[in-house]
Amino acid sequence: MDPRYDVELVDVSKRYGATTAVDAISLRIPKASYCCLLGPSGCGKTSTLRMIAGHESISGGDVLIDGRNVTGLPPVKRGTAMMFQSYALFPHLSCVDNVAFSLRMRGVGKAERLRKAREFLDLVQLGAYAERLPAQLSGGQQQRVALARALIIGPQVLLLDEPLSALDPFLRVRVREELKRLQRELGITFIHVTHSQDEAMALADQMVMMEDGHIRQVGTPRDVFERPASSFIARFIGGQNVLTGSAGPIAIRADRCRLEPAGPGGVPASVVAVEYLGTVVRVALKTNSGEEASVMVPDHVYYAAPVEPGSGTRLTWSPDDEHALAA
Amino acid sequence: MDDRRPFTFYLLAGLMALFLLFLYGPMVIIYVLSFQGPDGGVTFPMVGLSTKWFGDILRPGQMADIPASFGRSLLLAALVSVLTVVLSVAAGLGFRRRFPGAGLLFYVAIASLVMPSLLVGFGISLGFQMLGLEQGLFTSALGAQLTWTLPFGLLTMFAVVARFNRSYEEAATDLGANAWQRLRYVTVPILLPGIIGVGIGAFTLSYDEYARTTLTIGSHNTLPLEIYALIASDSTPVLFAIGTVTTVVSFTLIGLTLAVVLRLQRRRSMRMA
Repeated sequence: MDPRYDVELVDVSKRYGATTAVDAISLRIPKASYCCLLGPSGCGKTSTLRMIAGHESISGGDVLIDGRNVTGLPPVKRGTAMMFQSYALFPHLSCVDNVAFSLRMRGVGKAERLRKAREFLDLVQLGAYAERLPAQLSGGQQQRVALARALIIGPQVLLLDEPLSALDPFLRVRVREELKRLQRELGITFIHVTHSQDEAMALADQMVMMEDGHIRQVGTPRDVFERPASSFIARFIGGQNVLTGSAGPIAIRADRCRLEPAGPGGVPASVVAVEYLGTVVRVALKTNSGEEASVMVPDHVYYAAPVEPGSGTRLTWSPDDEHALAA
Repeated sequence: MDDRRPFTFYLLAGLMALFLLFLYGPMVIIYVLSFQGPDGGVTFPMVGLSTKWFGDILRPGQMADIPASFGRSLLLAALVSVLTVVLSVAAGLGFRRRFPGAGLLFYVAIASLVMPSLLVGFGISLGFQMLGLEQGLFTSALGAQLTWTLPFGLLTMFAVVARFNRSYEEAATDLGANAWQRLRYVTVPILLPGIIGVGIGAFTLSYDEYARTTLTIGSHNTLPLEIYALIASDSTPVLFAIGTVTTVVSFTLIGLTLAVVLRLQRRRSMRMA
């Protein structure tokens, strides 16, 4: 019973027949924080979210919300609200009726519930679209209606299942900002499931790396990026070169690596491809021992000494930037 | 590019025209002959024009009582339709959960489609006799018709339910709906077009069912049975007038359904700001 945490998972497992989707994970999510569950598909992140929500039965362990054991309670008794991946807006109800749905279920009178629903539509800047049907809204607007519908029940914890995946890349960045702003203003905890490391890095106070039904690393995005626990995490987070060092695998950030064709030391490699990315140029390499690597070269540095695909070079870095990996 | 149509177009169009003629020609002839003059017969030529035969329908005749059997048919079809909807929707929703024996149960339920209709009716009739029960419209005939409409209803609902996104229900639960509220305010409204389809389908299947009903109807005929009795006993243009009237009834039913669906759609789009 520790009220410092909004959500606590204690040895939580999910088994489907003989397969184990989530294997005895434990996690503490501090109050009013933005937590991202990150991992490739099939890593158990969505099952974990659904167990917190109460839409999936828990095969083993306990889920605590605000210090209260909610294992076995129905969703409505948990103090959570969920925003579904495809939003699951009721297609036969107008936006305002969608948002007012939970109040209607609780028997709140029509005038009162519509008034409150309009308040929440205003909160997501959709007051003008109250009478529209979901099908008459854009993807971004639907997402905001879904958000208003979830927030109106006054949850302590908002659960978001891949909330940005249905949006185009441009909109994704804007909605991302909005989610973070809302979380901070409302002072509640958001748990956001995603397979996009960009999204998790941009949003998370606490980033939870999952793989194969296990939690592999928990920390701030900066912790995880600077000190990935394993080569899997280093590769998944991206922007890292995972190489074999003298004492096992090591990670070096691609933007801390340099190309020094003539210098001593370093790893001999050949240039595979050169990509101009605007502020930086990405040079993809294959080391002579067959490992893949890339270097982010600032554009002015690159154009002072450009390289061609096929040419030989050396990959170097400062020993301080080298980070030893577990496996 | 050559805009001229290839000769196969005309060939296939001709074939289609013949098909349509074959499909609707006989019915058109019946509609025309139903306006036969009072002295005319059941074949061409037309001896004048009249609506005498339509009037004759309403006179409970020597051989048949068309209005009464029409009423029975409507009543039975309505009941069959309601039962088919309730059972198919429940089964469609229930079958989403894969329970042991679900596959077997499904095949047993739809196998009735391939059983010879007459024999199904005969079996039911035999069963009632063995149990010493009296056959009737709302007992044996109702059961016989359900063996026909339920498999269709089930298949339709399975297709409808397969396209239903389960997260609607989860969202409803998340928002505090209990099982009944979830069904009443979310599942059924979203499935409503499919449910109406099942209802209309069952109604029309029941309304002109013959083979299964004929041996199970007991003492009071439905309309198709009454018409068959008429055809067998006496041939006057009254038969054609009945054909015209039932066609009008069917089209009215379809028209009404369409009107209701369109009104629903319009009401939804009227909400647009």
